[in-house]
Amino acid sequence: MSDVLLTLSGVHKSYGATRALRGVDLQLQAGEVLALVGENGAGKSTLVKMLTGVVPMDEGAITLRGQPQRFRNAQDAQAAGILAVHQETVMFEELSVAENIFVGRHLLRGPFVDWAAMNAQAQTVLDEIGARFAATTLVKDLSLAERHLVEIARALSQKALVVILDEPTAALSQAEIRDFYGIVRKLRQQGVGVIFITHKFDEIFAVADRYLVLRDGAAVGTGAIADASEQELVRLMAGRAIDQIYPHIDARPGEEVLRVENLSHPSEFQGLHFSLRRGEILGFYGLVGSGRSEAMLAIMGLNPQATGTFTVLGQRLDARRPGDAIAAGIAYVPEERQRQGGILGFSVQDNISLAGLARFANGPWLSALNESALCQRMTERLRIKTASPHTLLSGLSGGNQQKVVIAKWLGLDPKIVILDEPTKGIDVGAKQAVYQLIAEMVQEGLAVILVSSELPEVMHLAQRVIVMRRGLQVAEFAGAQIQAEAIVAAASGLDGTHTPAPALQQEVAA
Amino acid sequence: MKTLLHIRREWLLLAISACIALAVGLRAPVFLTWRNALDIANDSAILAILVMGQMLVLLTRGIDLSVASNLALTGMACALLGKAFPGVSIVVLIALALAVGALLGGLNGWLITGFDLPPIVVTLGTLSAYRGAIFVASKGAWISDQDIHLAIKGLPRAVWLGLPALVWFALLVLALAAIFLTLRKTGREIYALGGNPHAATYVGIPVQKRLRLVYTLSGALAGLAGLLWVGRYSIAYTELAAGYELTVVAACVIGGVSIGGGVGTVLGAALGVLFIGVVNGALPVIQVSPFWQQAISGAVILVSVALNARSERRSGRQILERQGAAA
Repeated sequence: MSDVLLTLSGVHKSYGATRALRGVDLQLQAGEVLALVGENGAGKSTLVKMLTGVVPMDEGAITLRGQPQRFRNAQDAQAAGILAVHQETVMFEELSVAENIFVGRHLLRGPFVDWAAMNAQAQTVLDEIGARFAATTLVKDLSLAERHLVEIARALSQKALVVILDEPTAALSQAEIRDFYGIVRKLRQQGVGVIFITHKFDEIFAVADRYLVLRDGAAVGTGAIADASEQELVRLMAGRAIDQIYPHIDARPGEEVLRVENLSHPSEFQGLHFSLRRGEILGFYGLVGSGRSEAMLAIMGLNPQATGTFTVLGQRLDARRPGDAIAAGIAYVPEERQRQGGILGFSVQDNISLAGLARFANGPWLSALNESALCQRMTERLRIKTASPHTLLSGLSGGNQQKVVIAKWLGLDPKIVILDEPTKGIDVGAKQAVYQLIAEMVQEGLAVILVSSELPEVMHLAQRVIVMRRGLQVAEFAGAQIQAEAIVAAASGLDGTHTPAPALQQEVAA
Repeated sequence: MKTLLHIRREWLLLAISACIALAVGLRAPVFLTWRNALDIANDSAILAILVMGQMLVLLTRGIDLSVASNLALTGMACALLGKAFPGVSIVVLIALALAVGALLGGLNGWLITGFDLPPIVVTLGTLSAYRGAIFVASKGAWISDQDIHLAIKGLPRAVWLGLPALVWFALLVLALAAIFLTLRKTGREIYALGGNPHAATYVGIPVQKRLRLVYTLSGALAGLAGLLWVGRYSIAYTELAAGYELTVVAACVIGGVSIGGGVGTVLGAALGVLFIGVVNGALPVIQVSPFWQQAISGAVILVSVALNARSERRSGRQILERQGAAA
């Protein structure tokens, strides 16, 4: 137990002006589970990328079993015995499960790929971890949770010294998580060092031996889990008390602005009913891949197969295109900031004015003057930190990019704002600013739908919370009923409330 | 289940090709003769060789628009060498064609990976550059029948075991491609990196190296095709096979090779070649005016590509519990 397996000392990494890691030290022993915790943007993902050789480090040293290591690429790190199960599944959809497990190190017989052996070995590993699909299935036919099992199988099928688990349970159900704990314990018994990254404190206390807290790219605390409490970890992670992070919201819900009835889709969600009132924050909580974003896209007219009735301010809305929904006063800030939200190669000003270009026109010509006036107003209102309105969006930090995307929609004076994971991948300070902004929006009389996988966020901001699981609306909580345990239980199907919506039951019976 | 659908699509393509052949054969029985079949096979052989190279490139989400120019330039190089050294053997000529083609293709790969440029831009540039190089090499002159080396002319006309040599070349290339793509680690990595380039770096696939490999192979096959083309038509000139790269890409797409990368089989691509061969062979036989031939084969390509795209389109993610599981 006492031999040191992996050491990191004085690790630095910068992306442009952003300092992702500032002198992090880490020690991992054989047969130990180290919980690496920190807020989004604290530098956990960067640390993983360096350990797996995906990005080079600027400064510092990695030693494995006392040997200094220098990883030039992912192959080097794999060869040295460091394996990762990534947060975003690293999968090849068109290839089979077996091939995904062995990709990059196909089993060979002579010069040729040995398909039979590969399928057989893959199946053995899959059976071990309790996966209920065949090794020859194509990955594109698997659900998100099943894909995570493939990732885990990939890590288990190789001789690993160090296994990094980067939020592997984000999409797993409660039963699958229990199987997963078993896998982690098995790895520990085999003398593997495990680095376990998660947001869920119950998991940390269930499987980890020690913890290391990262904040703003620096290690701020480490110790044995047995001596730690949840409050202490939260304090270390945030660097400030919770009531400093979440603003006090002083808004009284007014009249109904949006009503959604019987929103369904052949494979993604079914029978969603909800309403939203002026000055209200409605939280949508669920595991990753529970169908929340897909339902929001349907409101915007971006999910053509969805059916349902939408009423906005008393008017039927039949959004066939996003333009219809925007005209009705709905704004949608999508989850993927860099892909769906902003245009990285455009300037801050061009991004902000993009959604409402028609408003800045003088006859057939765009008016740069009007555009820049809006940009100025929004930059001040949202406190966007940018060198000039003409800086490219790619030159801003994640938090400021998100503010620009939100500014684009606020410029249209919407009545309803849908925020899909608005704080994904931004640091604590920027989060605080986004929360403040949300508070201001509802105080001005906007209605906000907040889609989030971060429980504290939903609990502290939303007046009502709708929980989704597997495409179904499984619970709704309001006011004082908003309790962490109840929400998590509903989202993961833990508490025996295995009652699919009536519509589905009928369909099954029919 | 999915593989079943996949296979069915390939057989569908074969069935449509057969139906067209039969329908045309009813009107013009000459179409169904062995001689005509050999003609179509001979025409398709060169296309098949080019398609295998193009398919490798398409699998990586790239495109190689320079294949026809490469073919013409390599063909011209072989013709010039044959004219200058009448004693040179066919083995040397084949090696030369492969080497020159690989060099030109490798240049594409080097530009794409070395400067991180989009493949369509690089190969569009080399399409013009290689074409221009032919003019420079030949000083604009044609090399016609009497000046083409006898071995070059003889090769496509040779018959081995009852089949034309061209067809043997194509079958050999198809077989090698199938082995490479299903049984070699490198081949599997090409599928993987085309399917998800981001993930490919995570699992340690040397992406840049593989990209250089596929463009080099595509070039080498285009070079071989150049030698065979010059032999078959007994001529080499600047405009040789101009615009043929589009037919090559079309055959791939008809055969189910996805422009988006990561999807495609040798069998499918080969059937795409056969389909184009049958359509192009059939139109003159049923006396469609040459002015209409191009328009019709273009329309047929568009229709089949549209049908393919339809079958590839995915309907939403499966989030709801499947009904069997929920019961």
